[in-house]
Amino acid sequence: MEAFTTHTGTAVPLRRSNVDTDQIIPAVWLKQVSRTGFEKGLFAAWREDPTFVLNDPSYEGASILVSGPDFGTGSSREHAVWALQQYGFRVVIAARFGDIFRNNSTKMGLLPVVLPAERVEALQAAVEADPKLEVTVDLGERQVRWAGEVVAFEIDDYTRWRLTEGLDDIGLTLRHADDVAAYENGRQPWLPTTV
Amino acid sequence: MILKEEIMGRTLAEKVWEQHVVRRAEGEPDLLYIDLHLIHEVTSPQAFDGLRLAGRKVRRPDLTIATEDHNVPTLLGPISDPVSKTQVETLRKNAAEFGIRLHPMGDAGQGVVHIIGPQFGLTQPGMTIVCGDSHTSTHGAFGGIAFGIGTSEVEHVLATQTLPAYRPKTMAIEVSGELPAGVTAKDLILAIIAEIGTGGGQGYIVEYRGEAVRKLSMEGRMTVCNMSIEAGARAGMIAPDETTFAYLKGRPHAPEGEAWDQAVEYWTSLRTDDDAVFDKVVHIDASTLTPYVTWGTNPGQGLPLGESVPDPESFADPVARSAAERALEYMGLRAGTPLREIEVDTVFVGSCTNGRIEDLRSAAEILRGRQVTTRTLIVPGSMMVKRQAEEEGLHEVFKAAGAEWREAGCSMCLGMNPDTLKPGERSASTSNRNFEGRQGKGGRTHLVSPQVAAATAVTGRLTAPADL
Ligand code: SF4
Repeated sequence: MEAFTTHTGTAVPLRRSNVDTDQIIPAVWLKQVSRTGFEKGLFAAWREDPTFVLNDPSYEGASILVSGPDFGTGSSREHAVWALQQYGFRVVIAARFGDIFRNNSTKMGLLPVVLPAERVEALQAAVEADPKLEVTVDLGERQVRWAGEVVAFEIDDYTRWRLTEGLDDIGLTLRHADDVAAYENGRQPWLPTTV
Repeated sequence: MILKEEIMGRTLAEKVWEQHVVRRAEGEPDLLYIDLHLIHEVTSPQAFDGLRLAGRKVRRPDLTIATEDHNVPTLLGPISDPVSKTQVETLRKNAAEFGIRLHPMGDAGQGVVHIIGPQFGLTQPGMTIVCGDSHTSTHGAFGGIAFGIGTSEVEHVLATQTLPAYRPKTMAIEVSGELPAGVTAKDLILAIIAEIGTGGGQGYIVEYRGEAVRKLSMEGRMTVCNMSIEAGARAGMIAPDETTFAYLKGRPHAPEGEAWDQAVEYWTSLRTDDDAVFDKVVHIDASTLTPYVTWGTNPGQGLPLGESVPDPESFADPVARSAAERALEYMGLRAGTPLREIEVDTVFVGSCTNGRIEDLRSAAEILRGRQVTTRTLIVPGSMMVKRQAEEEGLHEVFKAAGAEWREAGCSMCLGMNPDTLKPGERSASTSNRNFEGRQGKGGRTHLVSPQVAAATAVTGRLTAPADL
């Protein structure tokens, strides 16, 4: 996983709510068996509309997506995270996220930042006024900063630690292989197996 | 040692969670043991790649089962799309390499992943079940904790049979009263989502409770739990009872003999204690419900069929207002149009929400002796459902009515296989998501129950069975 400490970049405002993962990456893109090339499918249907915000050249190179509430609802497809990352996003800011999407993001090093709805709005407005506005997302300090504004966000210590170290979850769990084996010995005898 | 206070006053979700904690440490998520891992072709290839790269094995292939569902065509014959074909072949290769049981296309056990688990009796009360698929919540109908995960987590479960996770908060949805005749589990869950919103369940495990829930069949309970994710909840569950046990008894992987008795004794303890406290409680009166349909592009945008397309101006919340405006534009609908006047091009009965035998029976009951006036796809959720339906002669009813009787698969639930809507086409669909483009680019979806779907197939407009 890509480590995340602090990131400064420009942002793009996505003024839509309930941005489900079918919009982030439509199903036809999920047929790939590799982990790369998903940036082409990011918001594929919406990007056909020339007025869609990602087609606006003034936001070119943006690495922070600032969305309306309930971003990443719906399907569990991690391809949504891969598509956002491969397109160049490091952070998504929204007032609420779908639970599975948020989980998937933190596994991959895409930082989901929850801010109060009116702060998200304020940031969207600021970026619309100045698309080149520098926005800093500081995971160590748990802050989003732009143009003199400082807004705190919450993230649990454990997830923050994993992200800042770029740690692989499987490696961490395998350290507890003995606990897993001990648990397995005590499982209820009637539980089914697939064999 | 367990203190007495800790034993008292626990919710069903807490009981099942605690039973599966492998390791707990201050400031860390719990390490949770996973009893059953379901796999399909779409969200697993990159996970198996990860294992190979790291030289890891699957820890418990005997707690893992795979099926092919999303990409499969529902007309007989091979997969013609080369990319879909590669994905399915990749699953076959991975299952063989890692020693995992697979039900491929054409196999008598093949079907949508959330339909086959319960049918085999692999889904049992008190279990933890995961799958790289958000509708894993379906399995909570048996009183376990079941939730969808992403591909990184799929890899984690393959390698360790565990997942690090924080215990979600608990929510009770108390459904009092009885569902009126003609009102189904699907209408209930659509009404719940309309009530609490697509974000209402975020961060919660929902337990569905109350008289109306107790009276549901297992099929109905699965329909309700299935769409927990559409309310934002990763998991939904219903305490096991006689209905659950009767469904399980005699299934291929259900316990037998003495083990059955032991299991039932334990399963009977899986209920929320009377003095347990939920983090949130929502009340719904089932007796006031009528058939529900969605008019918009998220599952929370639903209304009773007797109403009209809402005016975006009627939403006080600006976010809901602009979402409604956008939805009406996408759906090609005008505010004020009675929902019953909306004409559809296609009717789809199937999916992990409503592709079980009971769903097909209720659709057949309405189509018996009638003719469909619009393209109608009836897609059994699994080959076992298909066989049973054919034994009951339901397929003859569908064919006589002019509907298409298909092979098992996800079909028109999502645009990944040949069954899709064309741009601008409109469906009445028993699936779970009315997102933009979900059933094919530019397609417009109205979510409905199997009964409403069947009645709609007859008239070509959104219709309740009682209107026929
Ligand atoms: S039927 Fe639909 S929701 Fe269910 S697993 Fe298949 S694609 Fe997903």
